[in-house]
Amino acid sequence: MFLKDKDRIFTNLYGDKDWGLAGARARGIWQDTKTLLEKGHETIIEEVKTSGLRGRGGAGFSTGMKWSFMPKSGDMPSYLVVNADESEPGTCKDRDILRHDPHRLLEGCVIAAFAIRAHTVYIYVRGEFYNEAMRLQAAVDEAYAAGLLGKNACGSDWAMDIHVHRGAGAYICGEETALLESLEGNKGQPRLKPPFPAGVGLFGCPTTINNVETIAVVPEILRRGPAWFSSFGRPNNAGTKIFCISGHVNTPCNVEESMSIPLKDLIERHAGGVRGGWDNLLAIIPGGSSVPLVPADQCDPLLMDYDALREVGSGLGTAGVIVMDKSTDIVAAIANLSYFYKHESCGQCTPCREGTGWLWRMLTRMVSGNAQPEEIDQLWDLTKQIEGHTICALGDAAAWPVQGLIRHFRPELERRMAVARERRVA
Amino acid sequence: MPTLTIDEKTLEVPAGVTVLQACELAGVEIPRFCYHDRLKIAGNCRMCLVDLEKAPKPIASCAMPAAEGMVIHTNNDRVQKARRGAMEFLLINHPLDCPICDQGGECDLQDQAMAYGMDKSRYHEEKRAVSEKDMGPLIQTVMTRCIHCTRCVRFAEDIAGVPALGAVGRGESMEITTLGKPVASELSGNIIDLCPVGALTSKPYAFHARPWELDKTESIDVLDAVGSNIRIDVRGSEVVRILPRLHEDINEEWIGDKARHACDGLKYQRLDRPYIRQQGNLKEASWDQALRATADRFAQPQTVAAVGGPLADLESVFVLKTLLDAAGVTRYDGAGGGVFPRDVRSRYIMNTTIAGLESVDALLLVGTNPRWEAPLINARIRKRYLQNGLPVGVVGDAVDLTYPYHDLGNTPDALRTLAKGSGDFGAILKKAQRPALILGASVLARPDGEALYAYAADLAEQMGMIAPDFNGFNVLHHAVGTVASLDLGFVAQGGQQALFDAVRTGSITTLYLYGADDVPTDVLEKAFVIYQGHHGDKAAHYADIILPGAAYTEKQALYVNTEGRIQEALPAVTPPHLAKEDWKIFRALADHIAGVSLGYRTLDDVRSAMVQVYPFLSLRDQCPAPSWTRFPQSPKTLEKDPLVSPVTNFYQTDPISRASKTMAECTRVFVHGAQNPDDKKAVA
Repeated sequence: MFLKDKDRIFTNLYGDKDWGLAGARARGIWQDTKTLLEKGHETIIEEVKTSGLRGRGGAGFSTGMKWSFMPKSGDMPSYLVVNADESEPGTCKDRDILRHDPHRLLEGCVIAAFAIRAHTVYIYVRGEFYNEAMRLQAAVDEAYAAGLLGKNACGSDWAMDIHVHRGAGAYICGEETALLESLEGNKGQPRLKPPFPAGVGLFGCPTTINNVETIAVVPEILRRGPAWFSSFGRPNNAGTKIFCISGHVNTPCNVEESMSIPLKDLIERHAGGVRGGWDNLLAIIPGGSSVPLVPADQCDPLLMDYDALREVGSGLGTAGVIVMDKSTDIVAAIANLSYFYKHESCGQCTPCREGTGWLWRMLTRMVSGNAQPEEIDQLWDLTKQIEGHTICALGDAAAWPVQGLIRHFRPELERRMAVARERRVA
Repeated sequence: MPTLTIDEKTLEVPAGVTVLQACELAGVEIPRFCYHDRLKIAGNCRMCLVDLEKAPKPIASCAMPAAEGMVIHTNNDRVQKARRGAMEFLLINHPLDCPICDQGGECDLQDQAMAYGMDKSRYHEEKRAVSEKDMGPLIQTVMTRCIHCTRCVRFAEDIAGVPALGAVGRGESMEITTLGKPVASELSGNIIDLCPVGALTSKPYAFHARPWELDKTESIDVLDAVGSNIRIDVRGSEVVRILPRLHEDINEEWIGDKARHACDGLKYQRLDRPYIRQQGNLKEASWDQALRATADRFAQPQTVAAVGGPLADLESVFVLKTLLDAAGVTRYDGAGGGVFPRDVRSRYIMNTTIAGLESVDALLLVGTNPRWEAPLINARIRKRYLQNGLPVGVVGDAVDLTYPYHDLGNTPDALRTLAKGSGDFGAILKKAQRPALILGASVLARPDGEALYAYAADLAEQMGMIAPDFNGFNVLHHAVGTVASLDLGFVAQGGQQALFDAVRTGSITTLYLYGADDVPTDVLEKAFVIYQGHHGDKAAHYADIILPGAAYTEKQALYVNTEGRIQEALPAVTPPHLAKEDWKIFRALADHIAGVSLGYRTLDDVRSAMVQVYPFLSLRDQCPAPSWTRFPQSPKTLEKDPLVSPVTNFYQTDPISRASKTMAECTRVFVHGAQNPDDKKAVA
């Protein structure tokens, strides 16, 4: 049931092997890149489509489909932008790829860029990832020196340039269009869509933006075949995926596993189980901070994939699993996330700019019970006023954790208010 | 031409319109704050959300292109909820200070809160407070009221071309700021109009009036030769503010800061009664005394000369000219110092027209700084630059015009070189389909003005600027009086310079100045000066007789702009005290001069007489393309002096703006670079 070592794509996820070019080659990276490229633009896109690969950055859009939106010809250059601005709380998978397996990403860049007919790749690395960006740059330099990048990348006759660009530490720059703005030198604020980046993207040119993990798995998919990749996980949820398990578990870790693995298996096998035993579980947030929490009673059985998590009113997101045991002050935890979104809202559009602060202030009062029970409905109403009304998805991401809290822990909120009221009366 | 359904109504809309525009075509009002049809789309206020069938969430109608088959609902529950939500969010941090806010009564937020807001607040947390930003002498800020629509930022960046405003900070800490610098643009006042709330209001107008107390008069600005359409707001008998009025072919919906803010100059330094100089001092006199004393000077008409000023209107110049002709005075000029060929009208006006600039594909500026001489024409050039990257060449001062240009040097020789078609820009002009040039009127005031003009005309003919359906030869005037004088032939051989020389040699002893202040001091000292005008400006100090006239806000009059477009200004207030409309003064003077009779009883009489002589002056608000005849060859000797713009201070160009305290403050800050209110060294 568990993913076998031979089926793992990220063979140096833990950094116990050489990250450099020699080590990468020893692990099979850059071995037959030229052969892979010879499949041609369309075949590559087709195979990625068949593999069922969905974007690993959180939205889960079909990668092959996204690539197929890129123009086949035209006057303007196309760009591939790799989103390495990994800032989602509870998520640290891209970071390990950048520092332990950078060549896997670079090889993916070459193939993906070739598939979408781009000659230039920008990798936008989160500002705080200083060491990772240095490591990545070193890998890029190695690749150039070895002729894997440059005018004739991997001997394919396809010119390929990769630029590593460091961000300045704003969460919103992980939103793909804000990332483009930032890359262009502007204030990181999401753009209106349409037009979509595949039409008008970086510097006004057609652009595909993909997550680090998405790009890094592409070469293995092409090597081992789309059928191999789609043999993992349930239909429509294909492949292997790096899960980041953090919080109240005995051994927090990153682990590559098959999609649709049961949550309990994931936690008990890889993360040493919930602190104090499975019965001590209060709730999990399955996909980074931006998705609603799932309470313990829905956590077993619970498959870790896009569809199963949507059925319980949450989402796979980035697969950053935040585990909370019964010692957690769940209201304070969500209030903390609310503060994060208030702090990271770009301020461009009204509902998010004004609403995130309001949510946080109300939740902060609710932590100590300093609120009226009817304010819970108001809070719910506010999240609904933000959700779906903003330019980008940050508004939704700010609303969902609060909705999850109200949906599953309303009695806890009311209990605190009652206690606080009694204390005031006394 | 997509067809879509809006609130059960199916209609076809032009390709390329947004859903919001389509809704307007369908007669449905969509509330909005950040959207403005002349600015880039921002889509940030979220007030214009509408429901698109089959879309998972409401769409921002301002940013969504209308597409075939869309089914839009603008008033269902989902939309109402979204609007109410956006409205509530906008209001939670907006102060409830409408009673002390200058925007009150003309505030988008106030109006839309009435229509789409809730009747009570659910917000019980602390409100945000934002520190004020110093944006200079024209713009008052109360930034706590800001709703972050970024209209001001987009205007400054795109229309005004000065990236002076921006947003710093993130989320609810985001603030609009200029980083402590004044907004150094001659169009800055427009962001006051654009601000949908009371965050940016007019500093000079602060707490002067409420909008419902104002009498509004639709009129024309005359402080430059653009002829911007304005609305004059009057409280009691005082002009308290001036706002732009829409005219697509002239000013769109903007006006310059001088047009907007110089109106306080109408209150100061006014000539409100006649004066006669006695024993070296000006003494008050009656109209009868003053007119009789003036008429006495006409006994020897060959010693009298008349000069018209920059703010002269058509009828007054016509009546003055008729009077002078009848009285036997032969020397007069109102062309502002220039000597213009006026055999055909196309020689001295802006033939391309202001709106026509949007069709040119290469532009040469000669001896002019349009940014200061005609800011709205400069804004048009910038608009064209943003549309198609218009290549602009400049022979003249290398100043910041808000768009890049080829600096061809400031010597007259540069024009000669260009006329040969040499250099990069020569090649651009040659290749262009619709090239145009703008010649600053002040070039004609140079000793080699005739030669420069000839080179420019040659250039226009050689570079294909003159075509059957297009004329790219333009003269940019900076005073309406100049165009009126040229149209009416109120010009002297050799221009005003010849008249002044005649004073110096003694052949002319009396100067009749109609609002003309740009007269050399030695001439003013030597001549007997009759000054008719509305402000005690430079020349009035030397006057021997003062006849108080009316300013442009106080008379019904026609003005011609640099395009040759005739527009009517209407009186918003009456002239102060004993002052009179200018044509009536000339008319009254005629009665005092023996053997002269004008016979006009009403303004209509004047106009019909004028149209009889000059039929083209019957047109209103039109720019019929005048014919072009080939320019006769003439001797061309060029001087070495560089070509400079005559306007060295945009804010003070005429008697009204020179009397304005606001314009004086702008001069101090923007022209002399004063950093703070106590900065005395920067005082001119």
